[in-house]
Amino acid sequence: MTPEDRIVSIREGAVAFRVLSAGRGAPLVYFHSFHERGGWSPFLERLARRHTVHAPLHPGVAGSTGVETLDDVFDLTLAYDELLEALGLTAAHFCGHFFGGMVAAELAAVFPRRAGRLVLVSPLGLWRDEAPSEDILILPPEDLLSVLWSDPGSEAARRWAELPENDAQNVAAQIESIARRAAMAKFIWPIPDRGLTKRLHRIRAPALVLWGDADRVNPVVYAEEWQRCIKGAAVKMLRGGHMLIHEAPEAAARAVEEFLA
Amino acid sequence: MKICFFHLMPYRFLPDDFEERYRSVWVDVPHGLHDAEKTHGLYHEYLDELEYAEQVGFDGLCVNEHHNNAYGLMPSPNLMAAALTRRTSRAALVVLGNSLAAYNPPLRVAEEFAMIDVLSRGRLVAGFPVGTSMDMNFAYGINPATLRDRYYEAHDLIIQAWTRPEVFAFNGTYTQVRYVNIWPQPLQKPHPPVWIPGGGSVETWEWTAKLDYVYCYLSYYGYKRGKLTMDGFWQAIARLGADDNPYRAGFLQLVCVADTDAEAERLYFPHVHYFYQKCLNVWEGFAEAPGYRTVQSLQAGLRPQIGAQAKKIRQSLTWPRYLEQGYVIAGSPATVRQQLTECIETLRVGHLMVLLQIGSMPKDLALHNTGLFAREVMPHVRDLWSGYKDRWWPAGVTNGDPGAGRPLAPGTPLALGTSPPPGHAS
Repeated sequence: MTPEDRIVSIREGAVAFRVLSAGRGAPLVYFHSFHERGGWSPFLERLARRHTVHAPLHPGVAGSTGVETLDDVFDLTLAYDELLEALGLTAAHFCGHFFGGMVAAELAAVFPRRAGRLVLVSPLGLWRDEAPSEDILILPPEDLLSVLWSDPGSEAARRWAELPENDAQNVAAQIESIARRAAMAKFIWPIPDRGLTKRLHRIRAPALVLWGDADRVNPVVYAEEWQRCIKGAAVKMLRGGHMLIHEAPEAAARAVEEFLA
Repeated sequence: MKICFFHLMPYRFLPDDFEERYRSVWVDVPHGLHDAEKTHGLYHEYLDELEYAEQVGFDGLCVNEHHNNAYGLMPSPNLMAAALTRRTSRAALVVLGNSLAAYNPPLRVAEEFAMIDVLSRGRLVAGFPVGTSMDMNFAYGINPATLRDRYYEAHDLIIQAWTRPEVFAFNGTYTQVRYVNIWPQPLQKPHPPVWIPGGGSVETWEWTAKLDYVYCYLSYYGYKRGKLTMDGFWQAIARLGADDNPYRAGFLQLVCVADTDAEAERLYFPHVHYFYQKCLNVWEGFAEAPGYRTVQSLQAGLRPQIGAQAKKIRQSLTWPRYLEQGYVIAGSPATVRQQLTECIETLRVGHLMVLLQIGSMPKDLALHNTGLFAREVMPHVRDLWSGYKDRWWPAGVTNGDPGAGRPLAPGTPLALGTSPPPGHAS
């Protein structure tokens, strides 16, 4: 299915979100991370079978604008609250991957009534000195491949790694990648710890923490940390790497659907 | 023409297999490789070299700021400039510079630069770099998304702190100070000349041109590759309708002078090679934090100087390649004179900075290179741009320029630097 693709502006146009939407059922908002090109994926396609999925692109990414007007994570969280308002969503399920997981958790902590159920896939946002997450914002492409994917030779990984052969398109793709990462780096540089641990107790939504058992980016010790910080959170490990939802979209979507059902 | 002696203060003792064993000379270079006893010797050796440059007639002495870096042992160039105020008296002290966004509050820069200006009796050039991504984003943890904004705000605060007659409040986004009132104020009025070292970003050209500052391109890749960047700057000047006074521009060039071309290769190749293979071995991941460069600059097609691509090019370098590419201008005085003139004229630079201590070059050789340059090359390029007025030169400088401290006449015996302080191991 081709998702509906529209621009939703807040703050008199200072911030404009490109939002991809598809499906039927209870609303679910998906927040993406650094290394997803384009806002839609087979994982979301599957979730859209039973939910109305809205996938906004973060400000500064692929058609969403205004990141330069956002001061910090709190400001970004307010902007997402305003986006939900503009979408007419009083509450929705939230799902986010890595950086997007952090955004979903912030939103659920700062605006507890907005969150129906919360699914965090290998979320960023907590920090332990002895187990830093891999610095995938800056890793060169050739190193990135084997860190992100449990099987760098898989078709999904190879498709992800492909760059256009045409020179102009190749340069454009590189610039898009830098701009996309820069837009999110703003909120977590140089260490992805913005005091979220102090806010997580505010979350009321039932939470599922989903992790790939071969995640080489975000050490599994963080799954326990998240479980400790969000009361009653469930942890589920699936076979896969950091890009779990793209490596095993069917299994990941099934786990999410079971939790939301 | 103004000619300045530039020093990076490299650590000269990296292991032979450094570039194979360690991924980067910058940011995460293990400090277990560093011996403070050796650096004690290096600091004094390098200060001797800078002092010697004044004696042989250089117009200015340049120091710069790097962090977590084995080829630049000057996290604080201000300390070195302060040391130089005591044993030099004629040359400009060109601090290139203080990366403004790193100082909190940035008033610290206004104060320290004012101190150096007063100590030196008005010989300071105030360099305000944005700072490299390695230094600012990685070593100092500054957010790439706001680095430039911070920089611009810090600049405004510093200039106001130097020029406003009253005590004032500064309500910035990044710095709020209720009572801005720095003591001492700089000696030069309205303030020391400002030079902006840049790496080729479009925004910096335009900003520098608008504020009527000097733009300096501190490249390690020579005048042939530097032309694209300097042309970009001059185009920005033309767009703004400003005059094309060559003193608006500065450029750094590596130079090696010997009696003959063959002698230059014999004397300098190992040290030049040390510089390019070890000192510029920067891991690709540190080359540029996402957001360090604006999309506008990325689209202008200017690639970072370092990284995997650059490493491949570097590794294939032989002496003839270093020369042919213009990375280093090297050879007999006649060869160097000819190429340096070409460099100055094609880039249209009034402030030439030369790097004469390169990589692992020991003191005797650095002084040899410096002395030969001063005697055999400097007098021949000195009169270039004589029709232009340098409006960006410190008021208190007497070296080099007509009227005082002309370079030593050919054949004058060269006094080697003043004696090192007691306990100095070289």
